[in-house]
Amino acid sequence: MSLSAHVVVRRGPLTVDVELGVADGEVLAVLGPNGAGKSTLLRVLAGLLAPDGGRVAVDGTTWDDVAARVHLPAHRRPLGMVFQDSLLFPHLSVLDNVAFGPRTRGASRTAARTAAAAWIERVGLDGLGDRRPGQLSGGQAQRAALARALVGDPALLLLDEPLSALDARTRLAVRAELRRHLADYAGSTVLVTHDPVDAMALADRVVVVEDGRVVQAGTPSDVARHPRTDYVARLVGLSLLPGTADALSVRLDGGGVVAVAEPAQGPVLVAVRPESVALYPARPEGSPRNAWLLTVAGATPHGATVRCELDGEVPLLADVTATAFAELGLAPGSAVWAVVKASEVTVYAR
Amino acid sequence: MRRARTPAPLLVPAALAVVFLVLPLVALLVRTPWSQLGTLLVAPGVGQALRLSLVSATLATAVSVVLGVPLAWVLARSRARGRAVLRALVTVPLVLPPVVGGVALFLVLGRQGIVGRWLDEAFGLTIPFTTAAVVIAETFVAMPFLVISVEGALRAADVRYEDAAATLGADRWTTFRRVTLPLVAPGVAAGAVLCWARALGEFGATITFAGNFPGTTQTMPLAVYLALQRDPQAAIVLSLVLLVVSVATLLLLRDRWLGRGAAA
Repeated sequence: MSLSAHVVVRRGPLTVDVELGVADGEVLAVLGPNGAGKSTLLRVLAGLLAPDGGRVAVDGTTWDDVAARVHLPAHRRPLGMVFQDSLLFPHLSVLDNVAFGPRTRGASRTAARTAAAAWIERVGLDGLGDRRPGQLSGGQAQRAALARALVGDPALLLLDEPLSALDARTRLAVRAELRRHLADYAGSTVLVTHDPVDAMALADRVVVVEDGRVVQAGTPSDVARHPRTDYVARLVGLSLLPGTADALSVRLDGGGVVAVAEPAQGPVLVAVRPESVALYPARPEGSPRNAWLLTVAGATPHGATVRCELDGEVPLLADVTATAFAELGLAPGSAVWAVVKASEVTVYAR
Repeated sequence: MRRARTPAPLLVPAALAVVFLVLPLVALLVRTPWSQLGTLLVAPGVGQALRLSLVSATLATAVSVVLGVPLAWVLARSRARGRAVLRALVTVPLVLPPVVGGVALFLVLGRQGIVGRWLDEAFGLTIPFTTAAVVIAETFVAMPFLVISVEGALRAADVRYEDAAATLGADRWTTFRRVTLPLVAPGVAAGAVLCWARALGEFGATITFAGNFPGTTQTMPLAVYLALQRDPQAAIVLSLVLLVVSVATLLLLRDRWLGRGAAA
């Protein structure tokens, strides 16, 4: 199973022209600002919008081919889609919402309901199948929407800003669950988001779209290390480090220890933004809790700043001004002290 | 919540409007010959006219729902050209004097009419001055109310639910049946009530196209008008019955269907 797509859509002044390839079991994040054409792209993949040019093929079957005048309508594409605000049908119970897809695709009522019930349990909503969507919390609604999209075992899963309507706390929990379900899912996934954390935490590969064009593509860490434009650097710079939290300190899987301001327990991801990392030639005075001696592994200039890739017990990305970079005499291989305030470190459960 | 006081230039005309709308109904109640109510109500013709009115208004509403909901969908959703013209044509009966509607129906379905002549020759069917004519006249006048109401509900409904249904394998017909129609059900109910009320009160088109034959085409409004010439007391009682039926229907449907979705 795989997706290969070249999508061209003209919408007023914006021309979307994007090529994508997503392998079996792979999660591709399409990252970009509002109005960049991400949702348009997703609507084309879903068949809700006919492209003006290009081709979409899934598992060797052509879904769209403008030159050959092929357009498979949305309802004949074996796909699942999760929308930003769940869009569960308000007049149907949660169970009937999840059973809707199997029913329209020809399953018997009993088979559809059995499959739906299994998925409702799988996303942790057991006992809520009889509820109306209006009686669910935002997080529960989004879990139900995920169950509804995945129940038929679709060839392609499309996620349109699936977490952005949730409040911060719920978002963490649902993101962690989504990550688990995506790991189990055998088909191709395209995730559209404007939140780099979603992309970094959920995707195997990232495509950054700006003004309808792909400005950069690669693995999340690759894109973060070598941002090709200033926009990408600002958007994708987060260092995400896995570790285990014990109150105010996190022991990283890689070995280092990071002090945090918010107490946490158990497996977590520690996130540090490159602009909150300060670099010093010697260990700074006042013994800050987060100070590590690291090695510069690479440096990529963008705009007036230089993104430094730091290796060591706490691998980090740091943004420094070009002047500071020169004054510190940094070059690949040189050693440098990196300092981060505990309050600048974010902790996510994983 | 505290609200600012209503300014006098608004309050006075508003109060006058209320008096203007309510006073005639009060007059009807005041002048009702309550002591003779029983005898007048069981008078022959009253039950007949009432039954005919209820049956024909309900049939007209049913026809309006079956034909009008799809028409509303076309007006709200299809991207066909000439929709604006179509909407204007459909709403003409709203502003057309009902008598003119009756004349127009006569020209189409009368024995010499465009369609009526053919119906007569091919099937021996004559429509004018029958109960069917009553239903047709009422449908002609009342259906636009339903169409406008349902079209408004369809426009207000979130089309993204229809997108979601499509990604779940539902074609447009399945989507309409299982998603769109349930979503706009309160709008359909509201439109049906408006339509039924309009059909119940229909006078001009009915008397022109269907005539005034007790038992077959004499509905309540026609009976009221006729009684007013002969026996004003009876006219008041018949009017009271119509008022009670209208208010009762409104209250009943309000509780059952319109309570939650009335705003839509």
